[in-house]
Amino acid sequence: MATATATANKKKSVVWDWLTTVDHKKLAILYLVAGTLFFVKAGLMALFIRIQLMVPENDFMTGQVFNELITMHGTIMLFLAVTPLIFGFMNFVIPLQIGARDVAFPFINALGFWIFFFGGLLLSMSWFFGGAPDAGWTAYVPLSTREYAGSGMDFYALGLQVSGFGTLISAINFIVTIINMRAPGMTMMRMPLFCWTGLVASILIVFAFTPLAAGLALLMLDRLFMGQFFTPDMGGNSILWAHIFWIFGHPEVYILVLPAFGIISEVVPAFSHKRLFGYTAMVFATIVIAFLSFMVWVHHMFTIGIGPITNSVFALATMTIAVPTGIKIFNWLFTMWGGKLVFNTAMLCAASFVPTFVLGGITGVMLSMAPVDYLYHDTYFVVAHFHYIIIGGIVFGLLAGLYYWYPKMFGHKLNETLGKIMFWLLYIGFHLTFFIQHILGLIGMPRRVYTYLGGQGWDTMNLVSSVGAFVMGAAIVVLVLNIVYSAFKSERITVSDPWNARTLEWATHTPIPEYNFAQTPQVRSLDPWFYEKVHGEGKMQPAEPLQDIHMPNGSILPFLMSLGLFIWGFGMIMINMDNPIVPPGVVIAIGFIMTFGTMVLHSKEDHGYHIPLEEVKKIEKEVG
Amino acid sequence: MSDHVDVSNGLPANPEKSTIEGKNKFLGMWVFLGGETIMFATFFGTFLGLREGTAGGPTPDELFSLPLVFLMTMFLLTSSLTSVLGIISMKKNNFKAMRMYFLVTVLLGLGFFGCEVYEFWHYNHVGLGYSVSAFASSFYTLVGLHGAHVLFGLGWITTLLVRYWGKGITLANAPKFYSASLYWHFIDVVWVFIFTVVYLLTLGGA
Ligand code: HEM
Ligand SMILES: [Cu+2]
Repeated sequence: MATATATANKKKSVVWDWLTTVDHKKLAILYLVAGTLFFVKAGLMALFIRIQLMVPENDFMTGQVFNELITMHGTIMLFLAVTPLIFGFMNFVIPLQIGARDVAFPFINALGFWIFFFGGLLLSMSWFFGGAPDAGWTAYVPLSTREYAGSGMDFYALGLQVSGFGTLISAINFIVTIINMRAPGMTMMRMPLFCWTGLVASILIVFAFTPLAAGLALLMLDRLFMGQFFTPDMGGNSILWAHIFWIFGHPEVYILVLPAFGIISEVVPAFSHKRLFGYTAMVFATIVIAFLSFMVWVHHMFTIGIGPITNSVFALATMTIAVPTGIKIFNWLFTMWGGKLVFNTAMLCAASFVPTFVLGGITGVMLSMAPVDYLYHDTYFVVAHFHYIIIGGIVFGLLAGLYYWYPKMFGHKLNETLGKIMFWLLYIGFHLTFFIQHILGLIGMPRRVYTYLGGQGWDTMNLVSSVGAFVMGAAIVVLVLNIVYSAFKSERITVSDPWNARTLEWATHTPIPEYNFAQTPQVRSLDPWFYEKVHGEGKMQPAEPLQDIHMPNGSILPFLMSLGLFIWGFGMIMINMDNPIVPPGVVIAIGFIMTFGTMVLHSKEDHGYHIPLEEVKKIEKEVG
Repeated sequence: MSDHVDVSNGLPANPEKSTIEGKNKFLGMWVFLGGETIMFATFFGTFLGLREGTAGGPTPDELFSLPLVFLMTMFLLTSSLTSVLGIISMKKNNFKAMRMYFLVTVLLGLGFFGCEVYEFWHYNHVGLGYSVSAFASSFYTLVGLHGAHVLFGLGWITTLLVRYWGKGITLANAPKFYSASLYWHFIDVVWVFIFTVVYLLTLGGA
């Protein structure tokens, strides 16, 4: 019976296989592909924005299009590009690093991906129905309310509501996986730092995406059902939105940056050939940062006029974040200190992360001084600050992770020459684009303006910034070329550990069998794989006998349920459309029935199948 | 594994947590409820910030009637009790009793929901439309969201009852009933806060 299912699974077509997969390694690749597509889309928007700002009084696009582009650029980059890319790595790496066969809830894992994906699709549909959202990624009211914004904001509210729900359930899955699915001997304080930061970021998601969901619901109710939350005449309050948004928004920036910290903490020791300096301090700093990140949201609202006492309290709280962050910076430096450093592309990205991130942190502390923030606020200085952190930190971190884990994921390395070209183009292009924006901001150029008058001393700097943006674009083109080139030309990897690394994911075979570990490994130390290489026999000790392996069945239900949510959300948006072809109620009903119908179908028990022992032995012989 | 467990030989003492699937569900549910707490907290904050904003429309003193709210509270608190009794029966491997208690839970929940529908209808009737004031919007949103949770919980428990009506307790369905009952308690706790914050405090003038 079990064998029959196993072989039946093999016969399915490729497309069906990817639509129904619940394997964390395949979902990781889906996340990476979807994230990359959204990244490229938002990147192109950024280039259009920089073309518009290249020269004064440019008329390349209208102010309306400009507003739509900056809104979509920010929203997509944060919610639909960087988040899924991070989830891609977390999905692939975390189960391997803790010695698990899969995540705690494989079905929820697939559901999380598809809901995120359809939510992103819903947001992107806005272009075809009267224009994209245009009130900035922060969607401040009243700009974003029914009174001032077009249908684009409906797509914003519902698209993010849907995709945010996917992010939330994926985060719950990661938390339970990390807490419950660790191999014997893998205590919390032996977990690699990437697992720690993944855990903490997931906890932040649970506590930050839920206020966002509430805020988006208020915005949706305002726009579709005449809610009066933000209308002062009707007893509403427009500061409310800013509070809710930033209670989510500041933790969100750490949700993104903590996993990047985790990647750096994996890559730096691997290529310094030393253990991570100050492991315990790193864990501690991660937790402190997470805690503080909920205490500082008002630093985005210093100029709103809440009052000097509140501003001072939040200014101090903001400054304290620099302490745990500093601990991390020094630990990375000390990890490199005296190590046998190898500067390949992964390490270049990781090492350059450190100084760039420090620059972003320093401007952050500058911004946190409330009185001076009146000068910086809403100028290009803020834009420079967060791009130093998001590109200089997160994107470089993600690239380091990509080059580092690529051989395990795809069975070959990325080309090093192209990799280094990419790195230098990106590094130079990035500083060219954004360093100068600090100065632009200091001499008074406001952010979110679609054009400016010449002769204010801004012209050259804007030109330089735009040129830099194109250099960065070129870097991304080289990256894509590299992926294609390496897929055909790069040497295939069959060894399990091409980098001579330290953590458990490198103990698996390449390619990884679908069950990851034929026998669950017994962990005996921090950096378990390195420990066995030095003190053991060069392979992991098994914690269980070789036996049949239980695996979950694939399912199309996650896809269908997410499609249901998509249709439901679209139906809601139709309420505001002038001449909907189908009555919105019908569309909403279809989506509703699909969503809950598939949920009821899912309550039917599915116990998965077993890979029989002989089959496991055969696979092990093939890949081993 | 979780399939083919012979119930006649007795289940383990905590059938909901004796498989890894069950343990995962247990933890996952708690984390989920943690997130839900924060979401509700946001709506509570919104209500507290906006409840004075009646904009010339009906005010809480004119609307709220404590006897009805008391009845609703009784319905929901009792239903929480019966769901506990259901889980105790589950741990004693008494499927018939568990089934009965969950059925009563559903009926009490329906009673609550019926009252809420009447309450909203009544307020609307006396002039508290959704868009009348910020107070109206935030009241309906907070209490209505809770109502939607009640409805979802009812659907959930009913689905489980239908699916397992004649099947007995197994290691596979025990975690499901347990998660549903956790969710139901959560709804109940949120109601206790609504009762105090929305009705008592607002009427008491605090
Ligand atoms: C030492 C750490 C940090 C400090 C002290 C800090 C401080 C600040 C302050 C005070 C602002 C508000 C500026 C204004 O609008 O006038 C700000 C804006 C911002 N920061 Fe940071 N920050 C830090 C780290 C980060 C990190 C790690 C990220 C992202 C991963 C980040 C992303 C942002 C973003 C996106 C904004 C602008 C949001 C907007 O208005 O659109 N910051 N930061
Ligand atoms: Cu912030």
